[in-house]
Amino acid sequence: MFDWLPRAASTYAHDIDGLIWLITAIVGVWFILAEAVLVFLIVRYRRRPGHPAAYVTGDRRRQVAWILVPCVAILACDLIIDGASAHVWEKMKQTQPKPELEIRIEGRQWAWIFVHPGPDGRLDTPDDVVKMNEIHVPVNAVVRFALRSSDTLHSLWIPELRLKQDAVPGRTIYGWFEATRTGSYGVLCAELCGAAHGMMRGTLTVDEPDVYRGWVAAEASPPPAAGAASPATTSAASTSPAAPASTPATKGAIAR
Amino acid sequence: MSHDGHAEAAGLWSRIFSTDHKVIAKQYLFTGIAMAFLGGILAQIMRLQLSNPGHPVPGLGVVQGIKYNATVTMHGTVMIFWVAMPLLLGAFGNFLIPLMVGTRDMAFPRLNMLSYWTFFLSTVVLVSSFLVPGGPSPVGWTAYPPLSAIPAYSGNTWGVHLWILAVALELVAFLMGGINYITTAINLRAPGMRMRDLPLVVWMQIAASIIFLFSVGPLVAGAVMLLLDRTAGTGFYNPAAGGDPLLFQHLFWFFGHPEVYVLLLPGLGIVAEILPVFSRKPIFGYRMIVWSTVVTGLLSFVVWAHHQFVSGIDPRLAAPFSLTTILISVPVAVTLFCFMATLYRGSIEFKTPMLFALGMMAVFLIGGVTGILNGSAAADIYIHDTYFVVAHFHYALIPPVFFSFFAGIYYWYPKMFGRMMNETLGRLHFLGTFLFVNVTFLPMFVMGLRGYPRRVYDPSQFVALGNMGGMQILATIGTAGLLFSQVPLLINFFGSMKRGRVAGANPWRANTLEWLAPSPPQHGNFDEIPSVYRWPYEYSAPGRDNDWYPQHVAPEGALSRKAG
Repeated sequence: MFDWLPRAASTYAHDIDGLIWLITAIVGVWFILAEAVLVFLIVRYRRRPGHPAAYVTGDRRRQVAWILVPCVAILACDLIIDGASAHVWEKMKQTQPKPELEIRIEGRQWAWIFVHPGPDGRLDTPDDVVKMNEIHVPVNAVVRFALRSSDTLHSLWIPELRLKQDAVPGRTIYGWFEATRTGSYGVLCAELCGAAHGMMRGTLTVDEPDVYRGWVAAEASPPPAAGAASPATTSAASTSPAAPASTPATKGAIAR
Repeated sequence: MSHDGHAEAAGLWSRIFSTDHKVIAKQYLFTGIAMAFLGGILAQIMRLQLSNPGHPVPGLGVVQGIKYNATVTMHGTVMIFWVAMPLLLGAFGNFLIPLMVGTRDMAFPRLNMLSYWTFFLSTVVLVSSFLVPGGPSPVGWTAYPPLSAIPAYSGNTWGVHLWILAVALELVAFLMGGINYITTAINLRAPGMRMRDLPLVVWMQIAASIIFLFSVGPLVAGAVMLLLDRTAGTGFYNPAAGGDPLLFQHLFWFFGHPEVYVLLLPGLGIVAEILPVFSRKPIFGYRMIVWSTVVTGLLSFVVWAHHQFVSGIDPRLAAPFSLTTILISVPVAVTLFCFMATLYRGSIEFKTPMLFALGMMAVFLIGGVTGILNGSAAADIYIHDTYFVVAHFHYALIPPVFFSFFAGIYYWYPKMFGRMMNETLGRLHFLGTFLFVNVTFLPMFVMGLRGYPRRVYDPSQFVALGNMGGMQILATIGTAGLLFSQVPLLINFFGSMKRGRVAGANPWRANTLEWLAPSPPQHGNFDEIPSVYRWPYEYSAPGRDNDWYPQHVAPEGALSRKAG
């Protein structure tokens, strides 16, 4: 069977999918009903000799009811949708389950920078793991993120998690997710952010907790003591947000 | 004689810089049609790129990066500001309001002329942005800062400058037009014409103009601040200077969402005029339609933040904006149901204007119901900025902007140009348009549900979300078909000016006052200003030989209303 949505991979993905199908079902019924009535009226009342039109203005109380009764039904459906929607929104955006991991995310032209805490489990310590376009999280753990932008708007978009949040310069926006399936997923940018917007993307890797801990430990371990550190390890461990690969010459413009 | 020569020269001059509302309407009409082809070609360029990523579009190379972003931006800008507005408001508003309320011209004919020429200037500025170094604006039709505010981020200086200037001028032009529409419809009605005798399309034009008047100020202010940020070193939208990028989004959508209803209402108004004439029945629920229009207009001012659910606004704002957004379905449904009830026990004749009016309703339903999904804040987290939204707003805007426009053109062409358009070509045009709109935009719902983001020139990179290559090709075929389907219209539109059957004053046997004037109406419209005796929808009234009863025809033995 064709899947209309990408396979869900977060705790609240099922809530969103459920809501999307609920709304689709409700408006789908109305849509089919309305189109059917429209087509019926068009066919039934096509011009035929001997069948003149009737003089119906829709001002009588019963005629007004033809319109208003279905519209009250629509109002009821609207309120059901609003209620269901507010419930899901409240769970996703207005509650914060106790986080097991905090990650800092920064959008910039044109990359995602992810700061993972190192083995000490805390951010802003020397063992932080800073990666460009690469985020790793353990499965079934609540991850709280702090989202920033250093230049234009960006939008963190991970379809399988049903997660989308704009990054706005000058603000730190907090959010959370809990991935429920191991695997790797695309991290896209959903807000137009300049020439390479369409190429701005990273990868989310969801691992078993021990695999994740092993990855953090390996990334955070200091480069080999021997003076000639391997370039690959160095860049992986110490890529700083201050030295992105492709920052355009914008600092002057901002400072001004 | 030299005197005649002088008169001719003056005639040419006054034909170009005319204060006649009908000439100005045609100026808006032709400018809008020309811009529609520009917008359509830009759409086709995008579609060719998207269905064949990485390969060059014939004649343009690979349309990627800034080039693609500029194509997206200009398509949206042109279609909203330079096609929808001049066609629905500029052309139909100007042509219909004085004729339908039974007066000789707009309340302020010179302001009306200034409105068109300001619009013309804005068109020149916009089109010239294609020629400046760096090309036209690549920052999206929404022009969100900081991308739009700081040239280094967008890589474009002059294109964005000119874009802001052009949009601001365009808004000023329609502000002048709107003042005229409202004043004319309220103050210059023919003797005896009460507000409840106004044709619905005039009501809708008034409502649209009022909505526009109240919403446009913040955007003009926002655009000026944006221009100052770019040129004078201010920091309204620059967080480093204490500004806030979200401010612009609020100003933009405070205008931007009401703008949707500025376009939808005149579109619905056109349908409301055509349904009674071609089913020979009164419009169903005139007062319900007027009141639902008022409610729609009021609600349209408190829905704007549904464009910003994931923008970083306070999450507590989502539920109230979600509620107002979804509630707007009720007044819109009242209007649509009244339209449908108008068909009930009618005698429907499927002339081309009626085909497009019915098509408008059928297609708009898709845009309407999918809007509920976007309006739900939680569902919108997933669909926002995907192709689902692209599909939704094309389904919401193409019916009023194109279906209604086509319906209106086929219907009022005889009045505008004195001749009938060809029915066979009209049907061909309808079939092609109806079919290919759906071929273009139905696949986009599928792509959007799979998570494909908008404004990305190479969708092949998202194949992990599901292979959409086939859908992309289908949508591209759709756009090509849609463009090609306009050929019968062009042949019909220009060919019928010379070869169409001569129309006469009232070829559709309709009631409203414009059909009293000769086709085309002379300068001043009416030989004698008519008096109005009834509402505009008196069709198939019991006890009459004719199934229509024009507004200006005095009942036997009645005094004119102006005397009473």
